[in-house]
Amino acid sequence: MGELIFEARAARYRYEGADADAVSGVDMEVAPGELVAIVGPNGSGKTTLARLLLGVIAPSGGAALAAGRPAAEWTRREMARRVGVVAQREEPAFPLRVHQAVLFGRYAHLGPLGAPGPRDIEAVERALQRCDVGHLRGRWVATLSGGEWQRVRIARALAQEPKALVLDEATASLDVRHEMEVFELVAALVQGEGLAAVVVTHHVNLAARFAHRVVVMDGGEARAQGLPRDVLSRAVLEQVFGWPVEVSMWRGAPQFVPLRKGEGGDESSS
Amino acid sequence: MRRWLLLLAAAAAALLMGLVVGPASLGLAAVWDAVIGRGDETAQSIVRGLRLPRVLLAFLVGGSLSVTGATLQAVVRNPLADPYLLGLSGGAGLGAVAAIALGVGGAWAVPLAALIGALLAIVLVYRIALVAGGLLDARVLLLAGVVVGAFAASLMGAVMALSPAPEVRNALLWLLGSFDGASWQALAIFGAYAVLPLAVLYAMARPMDLLALGEEPAQFLGADVESTKRRLYIAASALTAVAVSVSGIIGFVGLVVPHAIRILWGHTHQQLLPSAFLLGGTLMVVADAAARTAFAPLEMPVGVVTALVGVPVFVWLVRRWAS
Repeated sequence: MGELIFEARAARYRYEGADADAVSGVDMEVAPGELVAIVGPNGSGKTTLARLLLGVIAPSGGAALAAGRPAAEWTRREMARRVGVVAQREEPAFPLRVHQAVLFGRYAHLGPLGAPGPRDIEAVERALQRCDVGHLRGRWVATLSGGEWQRVRIARALAQEPKALVLDEATASLDVRHEMEVFELVAALVQGEGLAAVVVTHHVNLAARFAHRVVVMDGGEARAQGLPRDVLSRAVLEQVFGWPVEVSMWRGAPQFVPLRKGEGGDESSS
Repeated sequence: MRRWLLLLAAAAAALLMGLVVGPASLGLAAVWDAVIGRGDETAQSIVRGLRLPRVLLAFLVGGSLSVTGATLQAVVRNPLADPYLLGLSGGAGLGAVAAIALGVGGAWAVPLAALIGALLAIVLVYRIALVAGGLLDARVLLLAGVVVGAFAASLMGAVMALSPAPEVRNALLWLLGSFDGASWQALAIFGAYAVLPLAVLYAMARPMDLLALGEEPAQFLGADVESTKRRLYIAASALTAVAVSVSGIIGFVGLVVPHAIRILWGHTHQQLLPSAFLLGGTLMVVADAAARTAFAPLEMPVGVVTALVGVPVFVWLVRRWAS
């Protein structure tokens, strides 16, 4: 239905001076209304894949497309009107209030000298409400908790009025409640407003419960992808993470537990 | 709105004061008559020939330095950046001292040599900071500025040590900053030159806001980070170089003024840049008036005044900001 938001075709990328591909021959696609999780261990190429889709880097081989056009050919302004990004960390160099931070999401919609108009203010207001951070609007961002700041940044991404959200380890430093809040919010945006979302995370269990599809990265390759219950098997997870695990189904979603040394005796159970 | 009225009123008051104070004592009424071309001819020639271009140049230079300071703070994402941070002062000083030691004559020799030295330093720092893949790295920019400045300063020391010219003292005094040489001509040249960089910087106020968030977030919000950094750096340093060539190195205005505005009114560059311009110009006119009158008939270098006042103010601002 409709055009694909992101698409990778045999996408390959090697950093300058590196002796192996960071991403090698990955195929994947993201459609509107779909939440796709990219999981995998540290250094498996998750973030590089996301950067390819966002056009920050151009593939060394194959193709990385946004709306059917090579992602790296988009200007940053065009891309920002379509895709909102929330990365793991961000520290403003100067103090900033929440409403100013969210207004920055309108940058790509404004002329170089244009002042924000009623439409911009309205978009900011909607985004603040949607992320439940309206009551924080007057606060300095430095005084926010980690979870509040992430929600404010999602609000900023929504103020861009994007067709897609990309979250790169956006919950990595959050506690359970704040992490769940972020995932719930993104899932609701995907479901309710038809946004596409790409969530880069190493929290496999959350990916299994929130994502429509999962891409498991390992050594730059997409080791497996598809529905969480098809992809997140014990065999795949043990191979990718290099650690014995046990997988059980919980309300239809595979959930894994890494085993302690000595707990792995039950070769028979799978 | 109240803020702008306040700043404009302060600027007007400072300019008026700059016209009134001086060795020849003229009252407010006499000064006003002279400005509009009435009354005593001596007064007219003092006010219109000497004081008016001087206060206007001081205002323009103070404003420009404040704007470039604010800009470089955004580019290197560090509130402690000042206009001379990036090797400019060393390059300008080397140029000025070399011109004097080599005995190059003429009223424009020293300013021109300082401009050339500063521009060379800018090019060198810029070149060093272009790292892998031709990207401008703000951290390397900072370090390159420091080392190029230090290198130029030691070359300047070598030239001074080897040069018998007694004028070297004058070069040093000139470097400490003065509007002594202000003229309508200097004002016209600086004014004509400053318009373009100031316009470029103001037009990039929005991307500057984003840069403060970090380069990657800025990019994802739609800013073309690489070209933004380049244009900002080039416009800001070219403007500073010319400011140095008409008035020497006047420290702390470009550091303290943007800081004060940031603390008082926040960091949105569309407001920050013009208000820093007004406040910087105002303070520079006051500092110049103090430099002229504190030890009259001797004149202090205005850079000494701005440092003597600027350092304590800065310490106070930083401590307040840190808490």
